[in-house]
Amino acid sequence: MIKLNNVQRSFGEKNVLKGVNLNINKGETFLLIGRSGAGKTVLLKTILGLLRPDSGTISIDSQEITQLSKSRLEKIRLKFGLVFQNSALFDFLTVWENVSFFLKQHTDMSRKDMRKKVSQTLALVGLADIEDMYPYELSGGMRKRVAIARAIIYNPKIVIYDEPTTGIDPIAVDKIVSLIKDLHKRLSVTSLVVTHDLETGLKIADRVAFLLGGKIIFEGKKEDVKNTKDKRLLQFIQGVSGGPIKEMEV
Amino acid sequence: MFFLKQIEDFFCYVGNIISFIKEIFYWLFTKKRDLKSLGREIIFVGIDSFFLVSLIALFIGMIIAFQTAYQLQQFKSEIHLASLVALSLVRELGPVIAALIVAARSGASITAGIGSMKISEQVDALEVFGVEPIDYLVVPKFIALVVCLPVLVIYADLLGIFGGYLVGSLKFSMPFGLYMRMTIESLGVIDIANGLVKSLFFGSIIAFVCCFEGFRPFSSIDVSKVVTRSIVRSFILIIVFDCILTAFFYFI
Ligand SMILES: Nc1ncnc2c1ncn2[C@@H]1O[C@H](COP(=O)(O)OP(=O)(O)OP(=O)(O)O)[C@@H](O)[C@H]1O
Ligand SMILES: [Mg+2]
Repeated sequence: MIKLNNVQRSFGEKNVLKGVNLNINKGETFLLIGRSGAGKTVLLKTILGLLRPDSGTISIDSQEITQLSKSRLEKIRLKFGLVFQNSALFDFLTVWENVSFFLKQHTDMSRKDMRKKVSQTLALVGLADIEDMYPYELSGGMRKRVAIARAIIYNPKIVIYDEPTTGIDPIAVDKIVSLIKDLHKRLSVTSLVVTHDLETGLKIADRVAFLLGGKIIFEGKKEDVKNTKDKRLLQFIQGVSGGPIKEMEV
Repeated sequence: MFFLKQIEDFFCYVGNIISFIKEIFYWLFTKKRDLKSLGREIIFVGIDSFFLVSLIALFIGMIIAFQTAYQLQQFKSEIHLASLVALSLVRELGPVIAALIVAARSGASITAGIGSMKISEQVDALEVFGVEPIDYLVVPKFIALVVCLPVLVIYADLLGIFGGYLVGSLKFSMPFGLYMRMTIESLGVIDIANGLVKSLFFGSIIAFVCCFEGFRPFSSIDVSKVVTRSIVRSFILIIVFDCILTAFFYFI
């Protein structure tokens, strides 16, 4: 469903992605892990076409997107829902306007139906009675959950979560974990989850990839992660600072 | 070498802004607008500058009247006060003053608003939800400015003329009817068209420059920079285009 071939991207002198190969199958929940600053967010934005790669190819549903015009790209994006790492809620709109944003722009659902749908979706992420608040009145974790609601309300085929559980309390984390699992089961969405919270990640993932030094150095099934012999992955899993990965190496 | 780089940058900037303008016009004519939010935008821009325009237009009207009267005294022809005040206001000062005020107020807030959306990834979010940022953020501002500026200019002209009348009536005891008759007689269609054409140009300049700059920052430090820059650039372009248009209307 999503296929990356030797994707490179740099910012000025800094090579962030140095040839990423990745294959995400339809209907699976894919976990991307990596240290802070490894380029996970850059990779997600490249997949969505928000950033153009310097070289390499990306295909979504076997369509090459790196050369597409802006308007064609826009059509492809409608397949995606993205939860931004920093939520990126529209701060001039209320929660309910934020969550219903896609429906308002692309469907002609009535206001009443939209309100109903919004409160249902908010309930899925464990929120209620905040529809008329503005994003700045919410806590960081609540904002993140509103962002999740905003991304899944229109049942996109592929949902990308950038750190969906950081800054959220354990009970709400559990809610989100079961939400991602549930979406996967009921609607067979393809999910791409980025996190450095490995424990939570492994609860939901089918397959895992590890981004280090601008390349994917491990890609495999969840079980393979636990039995891995790769020293660098082991070090990441165990979370120790001494080992093959140097402190400054991302 | 430094100069070459500057010249290259300048042409790059011009090129980018031209393709930006092309996109604005593309979206302006392709999509239906939500009239309610458009109305809100227009009212917002109008109200934002209303008070300052009133104040400054009134005073400028009085200042020109004093200045003109001083010069006319030497020829003993104070009777022409009304027409001279009206002409300078309608052809020149009304549009320029209104445009500078709108650039400083609405222009700055447009740049800051778009800029802060850009750095908090809200612009990216719009794209993810299949909404073109230029269409959603820029076109309504463009329409609002192009609608508001002519209205503000006419209002500034009227208040300025009233300011002139205050001086005329207090200093030379001109009756209201006479002052107004002389004002209206002195103004031709071309004078009024001149002022309105200018205001349309200035409104567009403010929209183009201030929105374009809004998309450029990468950090919050950049936001304050682009706000300053967008005001300075709007001011410069307004004055330059004022000169060009004044020359144009002088020769036709
Ligand atoms: N617009 C940009 N301009 C310049 N450098 C950038 C830009 N965006 C990202 N980078 C650089 O790319 C690198 C990777 O950033 P990215 O945000 O993808 O990290 P990440 O893996 O998502 O980390 P985290 O887990 O902390 O979110 C960073 O070193 C950052 O400095
Ligand atoms: Mg990140």
